[in-house]
Amino acid sequence: MEGVGINGYLAVGAVLFVCGVICMATKRNGIGVLMGVELVLNGANVNFVAFSKFGPLGLDGQIASLFVIVLAAAEAAVALAIVLNFYNNHLTIDVDRANELQG
Amino acid sequence: MELLLFTVFAAAACGGAIAVVLSQNVVRMAFYLVISLGSTAGLFFMLNADFVGATQLLIYVGGTVVLLIFGVMLTASGPFLTIKSSPGDMVQAILVGALFLGMVVVTVLQVDWDGNAAKLESRYGVSSLERPGYNQRGEGHTTRSIGAALLGARFDKDLGKNREQPSTGYLLPFEIVSVHLLVVLIGAAYLARAKRRVNVPSEF
Repeated sequence: MEGVGINGYLAVGAVLFVCGVICMATKRNGIGVLMGVELVLNGANVNFVAFSKFGPLGLDGQIASLFVIVLAAAEAAVALAIVLNFYNNHLTIDVDRANELQG
Repeated sequence: MELLLFTVFAAAACGGAIAVVLSQNVVRMAFYLVISLGSTAGLFFMLNADFVGATQLLIYVGGTVVLLIFGVMLTASGPFLTIKSSPGDMVQAILVGALFLGMVVVTVLQVDWDGNAAKLESRYGVSSLERPGYNQRGEGHTTRSIGAALLGARFDKDLGKNREQPSTGYLLPFEIVSVHLLVVLIGAAYLARAKRRVNVPSEF
């Protein structure tokens, strides 16, 4: 079959995942960390849909990716509420300043 | 044509993700995130997943990123717009990330996916091409099958077959996710409600 196989999509998913992990690890801005989480979940979604087309998975992969999208939206809402709360209390969103629980 | 479209979408998705990592300005990061997620929706359309692609555009690009941008507008005032991470950290993280990416890509490319699918089919007797619903190559009408599967009926697997028991649907996860979404939204509204600031420094 002419065209891209599964490997191209898996490579794109790997790049998105690694970029998300780097983003989560290096950003000091709380919202930047959130964007890293979105990138990671998006990379996982690409893999799900790719296996749903090329593997023996069928429609199950697409349904799993739909659940991932909904859970990512919920996670973004809660994490954003936490970031806003942190900003209200500390007047910054630098995650390095969130060290009050340090022993 | 397919190769050209894939190249464009994949380059935009990966380039957007890399730009999110390298950019230091939150607003620009949100813009690059929109580019990356939108081209990922294009990849979904190329994979015949029309409903997932549309959901990605509606919920991710239309909902989640707008939520993030509102967060940026509510929090990023003046000096907090660009909080720089130190260059040493960036170099270290990019080094580790490149190593990790190399490992993952090499591992993924070494697996013979088509051979594995053929092995699974010969063992369990499910051919991916005989399904009436989805996996006939080049067909994309998945909305009806996904809707029925979320309500517990698998049209894509059971239609026209004489099965003893029907295939697994997704009614229970659907209900769990809906209750979870309700709880999360109530919790987010509770957490983010306006209240008086404590410990306001005098210089603000």
